[in-house]
Amino acid sequence: MKHLLSAADLSKESAIEILDTAAELARISDRPVKKLPTLRGRTIVNLFFEDSTRTRISFEAAAKRLSADVINFSAKGSSISKGESLKDTALTLEAMGADGVVIRHHASGAAHLLANSGWIASSVVNAGDGTHEHPTQALLDAYTLRSHLKNGQGDLNGVKVVIVGDILHSRVARSNVLLLKTLGAHVTLVAPPTLLPVGIENWPCEFSYDFDSALKGADAVMMLRVQNERMNAAFFPSTQEYSRRYGLDSRRADLLGKNGIVLHPGPMNRGLEISSEVADGARSVIVEQVTNGVSVRMAVLYLLLGGESSAE
Amino acid sequence: MKLVIGNANIYGEKIVDIEITDGVITKIADANSLKADVDAKGMIAIPGLVDLHTHLREPGREDSETVSTGTAAAARGGFTAVHAMANTTPVADNAGVVEQIYRLGQESGFCDVFPIGAVTQGLEGTALAELGAMADSKARVRVFSDDGKCVHDPVLMRRALEYVKAFDGCIAQHAQEPKLTVDAQMNEGEVSSVLGLRGWPKVAEEAIIARDVLLAEHVGARLHICHLSTAGSVEIIRWAKSRGINVTAEVTPHHLILTDDSARTYDPVYKVNPPLRTQEDVEALRAALADGTIDIVATDHAPHPSEDKECEWSAAAFGMLGLETALPIVNTVMVSAGLIGWRDVARVMSTKPAQIGRVANHGQEIAEGQIANLAFIDPDYEVTIDRNETASKSRNNPFHGMKLKGRVGLTVLRGKQTYKAEWL
Repeated sequence: MKHLLSAADLSKESAIEILDTAAELARISDRPVKKLPTLRGRTIVNLFFEDSTRTRISFEAAAKRLSADVINFSAKGSSISKGESLKDTALTLEAMGADGVVIRHHASGAAHLLANSGWIASSVVNAGDGTHEHPTQALLDAYTLRSHLKNGQGDLNGVKVVIVGDILHSRVARSNVLLLKTLGAHVTLVAPPTLLPVGIENWPCEFSYDFDSALKGADAVMMLRVQNERMNAAFFPSTQEYSRRYGLDSRRADLLGKNGIVLHPGPMNRGLEISSEVADGARSVIVEQVTNGVSVRMAVLYLLLGGESSAE
Repeated sequence: MKLVIGNANIYGEKIVDIEITDGVITKIADANSLKADVDAKGMIAIPGLVDLHTHLREPGREDSETVSTGTAAAARGGFTAVHAMANTTPVADNAGVVEQIYRLGQESGFCDVFPIGAVTQGLEGTALAELGAMADSKARVRVFSDDGKCVHDPVLMRRALEYVKAFDGCIAQHAQEPKLTVDAQMNEGEVSSVLGLRGWPKVAEEAIIARDVLLAEHVGARLHICHLSTAGSVEIIRWAKSRGINVTAEVTPHHLILTDDSARTYDPVYKVNPPLRTQEDVEALRAALADGTIDIVATDHAPHPSEDKECEWSAAAFGMLGLETALPIVNTVMVSAGLIGWRDVARVMSTKPAQIGRVANHGQEIAEGQIANLAFIDPDYEVTIDRNETASKSRNNPFHGMKLKGRVGLTVLRGKQTYKAEWL
């Protein structure tokens, strides 16, 4: 595998390989010296056209723990504001000799364009493109689900996951639906009809407008961030109404199965899509997701970039 | 001056020799009876094509196309006349600009250029442009359009439809309800949901068409619908025609052959407005063109420089080239598929668009005494489209690499050969 652009690029075997590799790499995070020499001398560029401190830090930590040289390139708003185009940025990175590019971009398809344009030879990792996909988020979610529900091994066969919120604009939901399906999980999306895309009936999952009934007996619920500005575009009448119908409070969290867990990709709107009580409660694995994010991203960088150099 | 074209198969019905003298067809004789200057053996002859929807980009965006390069591309595609859309810079919303474009067309000599006037000042959708002044100008404008934008204000649309009745004008509507399509990137459906690109719902086109056919009926005016793209729009036009409403409709070659599936490449060469739809829509459009519900094929030839296409999909410009591939596409999906014959091609790509544009001397029957505006096509040749084989300044050709049937061999404008293929 050269690039990671979409969760759809991953077969069941390759997804499990990433998760297993992440599990091994996680062990070095428990050591006093959290570093491996695997990517020494290789350059990874974090190319961020959109602010995302947490994703950038996670990738940066992952690359550094593998001893790669990391360059952070913040090019917010670049092409649309008539600054430098993506093409010129890519040609610049190519000229500097980047081995891997981690790209976060506000335009859907930007990672795909970068990987397939012929502008650069390096590996491309999609760290979130518009409202399209965010495959490493799906991998870290799968890793987290697996460690709680499957003893950290194999696939997610039979696991019931409910994903709730702004599915229409969510790259996290798109990647999760694809990856969780590949791993054998059963996914139900829950949202008001306005926040489900036209065409969702063809997605490889179920969908529902009724949060309570979808939650009953599920193994995990993943809450998505809901942006306040969606209200202004009439996707829902008020944050209060949204919270009542689609927010996760303790009553709803208890509809989950006995060992059911609560995930959130962050950053959270406490009191809107999730109550503080649940976010900080016993079922919550939200902080753990952040830890797992570093391990999973290490595994992705290792598998994309590590092979050739280790042969030297 | 005399030109004899031998062995031409007119309308695919009869092989003849055509003698042209001083721009007029002076004799149609049995094959091999005249001494031919050009041998059109194996080629179909139809009246020179007339495009009702071309973006020539001049004045203002000469980096993407000029009247000269655009009309040269038109001649290579078999066209003898094009209608130049009004969304230039400055906008063709006054007599001065339309006369300038008309004059540039005459100077180019590759085909006749009939400017389309803007409906509203600056295409802003708030106040009518001086439609009468453009109609009375040397450019004799009869078709008015804000193409690229919809005349969405219902009162303004009503007034425009009414006003142009005074000079037999026609409003060509770009049907797109703007509020339903803010930042819209592609057809809203299964593919857009997967790609995370904002959807352009079919209803945004259909709602405007439904409104406008009713307005046209109410005020008894002539309405033309640009680049109709959905099966639902076809149903509305069919209904309107059954009521006797004076509406005509066009379909582009790209909507007859491409679908929204191509967006999966995220290559903005497939980004166009209205967007590529589904296979079901493509089938409905072909059937409607065959049964006459859709009146004409128009290219919506929309050149863009590479920097406007070599970028993120959402940052890219809408539009694709069309003049040089229109006839091969119609031949491939309609004629070869057995849906229509060459008489029909002549009707939908020449006669009818000339009538809608109120253009004299184009789209006429191939007969003695008529002005010699002709196109010749080698219908069976399989061509692999190459975006670099073009007279256009731009390369945003979505058909690059595609195999199509048919190639234009010769285009004749008033007896003059405006394009002759190297292989001929």
